[in-house]
Amino acid sequence: MNGRKSFKDDEFSFDMNTMTGISSAWSETKIKERVLTQFNQTRARRNIINATAVYGLSFCAILVLFCLFNIIFHLLVQGFSSLNRDFFLQLPKPVGEPGGGTANAIVGTLILLIVAVLVGVPIGLGAGIYLSEYAHQRFAQAVRFTTDVMNGIPSIVFGIFAWTILVVPFKSFSALSGGIALGIMMIPMITRTTEGFVRMVPVPLREAGLAIGTPKWRVIKDIVVPSSLGGIVTGIMVSLARVAGETAPLLFTAFGNHFWHSSLLAPIAALPLQIFSYAISPFEDWHRQAWAGALVLILIVFVINLCSSYFVGRQRRMFSSHK
Amino acid sequence: MNLNDQTIGNDILPGDIRPHINTELQNGKPLFVSHRKPLEESLENPIPQIMVKELNFYYGRQKALSKVSLGIPAKKATALIGPSGCGKSTLLRTFSRMNDLIANARIEGTVTIDGRNIYDRDTDVVELRRRVGMVFQKSTPFPKSIYDNVAYGLRIVGIRDKKTLDQIVEKSLRQAVLWEEVKDNLGKSALALSGGQQQRLCIARALAVGPEILLMDEPCSALDPNATARIEELIFELKDDYTVVIVTHNMQQAVRVSDFTAFLYLGELIEFGSTQKIFTVPKDRRTEAYLTGKFG
Repeated sequence: MNGRKSFKDDEFSFDMNTMTGISSAWSETKIKERVLTQFNQTRARRNIINATAVYGLSFCAILVLFCLFNIIFHLLVQGFSSLNRDFFLQLPKPVGEPGGGTANAIVGTLILLIVAVLVGVPIGLGAGIYLSEYAHQRFAQAVRFTTDVMNGIPSIVFGIFAWTILVVPFKSFSALSGGIALGIMMIPMITRTTEGFVRMVPVPLREAGLAIGTPKWRVIKDIVVPSSLGGIVTGIMVSLARVAGETAPLLFTAFGNHFWHSSLLAPIAALPLQIFSYAISPFEDWHRQAWAGALVLILIVFVINLCSSYFVGRQRRMFSSHK
Repeated sequence: MNLNDQTIGNDILPGDIRPHINTELQNGKPLFVSHRKPLEESLENPIPQIMVKELNFYYGRQKALSKVSLGIPAKKATALIGPSGCGKSTLLRTFSRMNDLIANARIEGTVTIDGRNIYDRDTDVVELRRRVGMVFQKSTPFPKSIYDNVAYGLRIVGIRDKKTLDQIVEKSLRQAVLWEEVKDNLGKSALALSGGQQQRLCIARALAVGPEILLMDEPCSALDPNATARIEELIFELKDDYTVVIVTHNMQQAVRVSDFTAFLYLGELIEFGSTQKIFTVPKDRRTEAYLTGKFG
């Protein structure tokens, strides 16, 4: 009874307040109304912000596509007409003579990339695996810091380095020095990606390998590296794609050559160098060939990227649990 | 049986019970405080296969095991139970030196398997791990085919002959009760198997290299009740041929599969004895409290 009475009292006092308007300003309905008003007042502003975000961000994304497509479009328009059999099969013609190709530069670029892979992949791979699997914390950190610094070094510095240790002593520009310069550029990139992917292999998987009596090096070779192979190969491909278009390190190493290279110790033509020298020449015909060369270079990089995404896909399939 | 023998007996661990202990027990004198075992069991297991003596284990400064001593009998299943963080997994991993991989880990005392201290300097760890197989909490199939998973350990040993490999792979898969399910798909990726199948594959892989001891670190904790039942049946069969040591959080599981149980608490071995005794008449108050669910 008592409780009920007090409840009624409350009700009464509530009603009183409503009538006198003292605390009625914040009754439930009032709060709802107030919020709704505010909501409607700010609706326009909110919509503008929302639209700005959506359109602004998608504009950025479109800009990315636009840049890429614009470049490819230009290359196609300017270079496609010069892409013919001769371009791939013939040597450059002397100034004034029409036709000719860049067969030597295409082959040269491929040779330089092969040398770069031979130099960069074993060292980068080995260092990356070592850092992840064996290195003590402090040493690993020192190496990691070094690779980060190396990644930031301008590419021309690698060219100067290769020039100092390989061109000057041999008294000749050479394919070897160019390839090694590119290979050294690849090392820090491959080291970091390899270390990252190898480290991601779960500890229980390594323990399972060791637990059945496998020496550590075999666990690394048979289980750890195959488990992270997709990532490792992708890292190699990406670094390869990056150095494929490098011009600066080749300027005083590979040097360029208008003819077939005679040996690995002689100057060699390379697509980026060819593009560079053709593009700054005053001849219309060479300009067109520079465009075509750029198109071929992009195609090479594109193919490398396709390969790397194939490897990523293979990796994913291996770890997926479809039946 | 002279007095000298008896004093040695007192120092040695519970499984190492020789006939002369007989009289001692009948006299009602405990051989080893809280580690006694009934006579009939002691006669079945004359010598423990794994002897742990005064084992201290540290992760950096943190002490994970403190003066643990016990003897794990051969060809029996022994369960290690205790609340989380009590050191039972750490203890299990010391038997195959898996803790070697952990930086800052330090060990004192001895673990003797078949009379040899495995922490001796000249121990061949690879050889040790071949003899002491291990199955982990989370199934860890290698990213290879089912066949290659089982054959891997054999190829490491150097067995190349296809026929021998085939036979051992089949035998191991049969032992792990997986053969019937996978025999037509041996080339399929092991990662495509279900969780329970993967765990049985890991057991088959461990058995393939012919271990004498099988360590299992909560092998069922990630499995559904059905798969758990199958693994438990499997453990029950395996203990005829292997010394099985299993860490488990599931006390019913300990009762179902094990002959002996060790209860660990805060890094100390509180009680060790036949599973039946531990679960029916625990000697230590803490064991009883844990088993009745008062903590843990």
